[in-house]
Order: sequence, then structure tokens, then C-alpha cells
Amino acid sequence: MKKKEDINKTLNNLFRQESGKMVAVLIKIFGTENIELAEDVVQDALISALETWKYRGMPENPKAWLYRTARNKAIDIIRRKKHSKTIDFSDPERKLLISEYTLATTMDNFWKEQHIQDDFLAMMYACCHPDISQENQITFILKSLCGFSTKEVARSFLVSEDTISKRLYRTKEYFRKHKIRPRIPFPEEINAKTAVVLRTIYLMFNEGYNSTHSDQLIRKDLISQALWLCKSLLDNKSTQTPEVYALMALMSFHAARVDSRVTEQGALIRLADQDRNSWNQELISLGSMYLNQAAFGKTLTTYHLEAAIAYQHCIASNYENTNWKEILTYYDLLLVIAYDPVVFLNRCLVMLELNGPDEALEAIKKIQNHKIISKYYLYHAILGEIHERLKASSKAVAYYQQAIQLTQSKPEKRLLKQKITNLNG
Amino acid sequence: MKQFMFLFKGGDDVWDAKSPEEQGKHMEEWQQWIGEMAQQEKFVGAERLYPQGNTIHPGTIKITDRPLSEAKELVGGYVTVTSNSLEEATEMAKGCPGLQWETSVEVREVWPVKA
Repeated sequence: MKKKEDINKTLNNLFRQESGKMVAVLIKIFGTENIELAEDVVQDALISALETWKYRGMPENPKAWLYRTARNKAIDIIRRKKHSKTIDFSDPERKLLISEYTLATTMDNFWKEQHIQDDFLAMMYACCHPDISQENQITFILKSLCGFSTKEVARSFLVSEDTISKRLYRTKEYFRKHKIRPRIPFPEEINAKTAVVLRTIYLMFNEGYNSTHSDQLIRKDLISQALWLCKSLLDNKSTQTPEVYALMALMSFHAARVDSRVTEQGALIRLADQDRNSWNQELISLGSMYLNQAAFGKTLTTYHLEAAIAYQHCIASNYENTNWKEILTYYDLLLVIAYDPVVFLNRCLVMLELNGPDEALEAIKKIQNHKIISKYYLYHAILGEIHERLKASSKAVAYYQQAIQLTQSKPEKRLLKQKITNLNG
Repeated sequence: MKQFMFLFKGGDDVWDAKSPEEQGKHMEEWQQWIGEMAQQEKFVGAERLYPQGNTIHPGTIKITDRPLSEAKELVGGYVTVTSNSLEEATEMAKGCPGLQWETSVEVREVWPVKA
């Protein structure tokens, strides 16, 4: 028999993967006004599993066991609440739940494999409603669809559990008030609605990829959940648009390099100094495959271009051999699709590598009067870099110091201080 | 619109003699029959009864620990539907899957709640 820790670990993985799907199915059964009821049933099923498996060992098909348990608990609740007003049985989909002649069969229909995945995606689209703020969207997705505990969500965003509870409450209130019926968008609206979902997934990914402050475990969790959510969009015919493939490619390329970005002590490592042998080749080739699939159709989104840039970095044998020319073209196209001063700033870095410090300096001058940019640490850090290449050490140090003042990130500060030490030494 | 009740009688012996798989399949047929009526917005409600029970006899208040009816007369449950006429309701009742398992269906009009 397996040890208790083994069961806990298996259950934890299983729960992460299946809880969101079970919640989605149960929300369909009870209605979006009863999200808490759905979450309680899933929680109950998990506790039952823990209790039962502790004594009898893991069943052969733990997933089926969990689904069965949740289904049976849902039947109990339907029987108990048949005459209360909690559940709206006038809804055509729920009408047959009220009679014993049809309850079990109707319930089984809700739990059919082909419906479960659709319900899960439908719920994802429902969460990403434009009326729900983006931070509330992510909070709700992590908690209800990715099986995070309130504590884990709080740790992901470095806010209190109380704040998370309030965000969840607001989202559930929204669902209750508007009686939203989750569904996969119709073909004519799929692109617009998917764009919102993708933005949320990418934000979740970046929270894991960029946040140098929170702990490693949570960061990896956020990255893998973002990849998993995006993958579930790809697994469904009606939601696998080129844009979804492009984001999946982009995230795969980034995820391939995640371990080489920081030292074990949490210090940042610049792209030029990263150990390219440690990049995950499997993820890189997966990313290339997704990028190829993203190329069908006529859409060219920022995800396509960002993925193309990340791809060039991934395939370069070393920093010097990077195809900067190709990358510059992608940056130019990015700026055509949507002008963004931060993208422009990053383009200056590419100019620096491709054409040298003089041209880069010319380029960066174009945004020197931009209000936000002039207070952005990266602007000063790049100016420092440019002046370092121009051999204007004292100017470079001054820019680096300015950048240190402007960033809150401790690893960034450390990296910049290191550059100053190198120049002075 | 009038309401009618389908009273199901008998068939318990047949039910008991079937395997769980056969019973499951049979219930899917019930699901389909009732589901169709629900789709036409004619389904009101339904309950299923266990065969066991007590009967209280009038006058003496004597209680026997079984329903009064013979097995084939035993009420096993009901479905309430809306329909324009007894004829239409009877047509609907003909689709009851219980008929294949020796259950008879009695179609009766419900006294209206409002006159």
C-alpha cells in the first residue's frame, strides 16, 4: 500500500487537474448563482477521497472515483434542495433533475467526458467577462478552475488572504446577480472573447515568469497552470485559433528558459550570460511546433511576433550569434500593430546589438520626453548600457544609479549594482 | 391548459428480475420519454414510489404493513403533464417505457387548482 505522503501528493496533482473541471460541471448543474455549493461539493469529494484512500489505498482509476463521488454528492444535494428555491429547476436543462425517474440519467449526462471539457472552457470564458476586473478574473480562475487554495492565490500576488476572499466574493456576486450562463462563444465572437481569455492567461504566466519576489514553487505553479489553460483551449476545435497557438508558442519558449534566468540565490542572470545548455529543448521544439500551427490563417498578432522573437533567442547558439536583424524586423512589425513605448525601448536594445551604441543612442532619444518612460528604470538601464559601450563610464554609472532608484525589484537592483562595480573596478 | 396524471401500476416483479445494466438502460428510455415532454414544456413533475408501505384501514384504524393492492395493481409512481384533452394525454402516455415491462398506465385528469 502506498504511504500517506504519496497519496497526498497524487491527490494534490489530481485535484489541481480535475477540481476545475468538476467545479465547471457542478456550476452547470446548480447554476452560476450557486458557485459556492459547487465548490463545496468538490471539496467534500476530495475529503472523502483522502479519508477512503488512506484506509483502502488508491482506487484503480482515481479520477473516475472522484467524478463518481462528486456526482453522488450532487444527487444528494438535488434531492435535499428539490423543494427549496436555491436551485432554479425551471431551467430546461435542470427540469429533469426533480424526478427520480430521470434524476440519475440526467445527472450522468452532465458528467459525460465530451461535455466536461466544454463546460470547463465555457467557465473560463465566463470568468473573463469584460465587466469583471482583470485581477478578479485571475483570482477566480486560480481558485475555482485551477484548484489553488486562497492561501496559495494570496501568495501568488503578495496580498492578504482577506483581499483574495473579497475579490472572490465580488466575482461570485457578479455571477449571482447576472445569472450568467457559461458557454463557448459563437464563431463570430470567438476571436474577441478569446483575446480577453488569452490576455488573462498571459498575465498569469508573467506573474510566474517575472515576479522575482515570490517563492519558486508558486512561480512554477503559475507557469504550468497558464500553459495548461492555454493547452485546453488548443484541445477544443472551436477555440483553437491561430492566436491561441501563438501564445502557446511564446509561453513555451519563455518557459524553456525559466530556470536559467536566476541563480540559486535568486539573482538575475542576463540573457547574454545564461547557460544555454540548461534551456529545455523539449519545450523549445514544442514551441516551434505551435508557432508553425499559429501560422495558418491571416492573423498576425503581437503574440505571433513576440513568439517569433523568443524563437530567435532560443535557437541562437550564443548571444553574439543571435539573429538581431530578423528580431529587429519583428520589433518594427510589433510597433506597426500597436505602438508601445516599452516595445520601442526594447527595440533600442536590439539596435545596440545590431548597429552599435551611436545608432541606439539616436533611437532612444526619440522617446526621452515620454512622461512614463523617463521614470521607467529600464530606460535608464539601457542608457547606461549604451554609454558603457561608448566608453563613457561616468555617464553610464550615473544612468545605472538612476535606474536603481526607479526599480522596486531587489534582483534588478543587485544586477545594476554589479554593473556599476564592474565599471568602477 | 389541463393537467393530467399518469399513474403507473404493477411491473415491480419484472423490474426486480432485471440486471442493473438492463435497469439502467430502461431508465434511459424513461429519461428520453420524459425529456421529450419537458422539451414541449408539458412536463410538470414526477415521483417514484417504493413498493413497501403501510395501509391504514378506515373505521378500525387497523394498520397492515403492506399496500392494499395486488402486485399488478400496485401504484409505482406518477408523472404529471399538461395537455389539452384526455385524448391527447392518452397519446402521450402511450410512449411510457414501463408498458414494455408489464406496467400499466392510468391516465387521469387532475382537479384544477383554480376553477
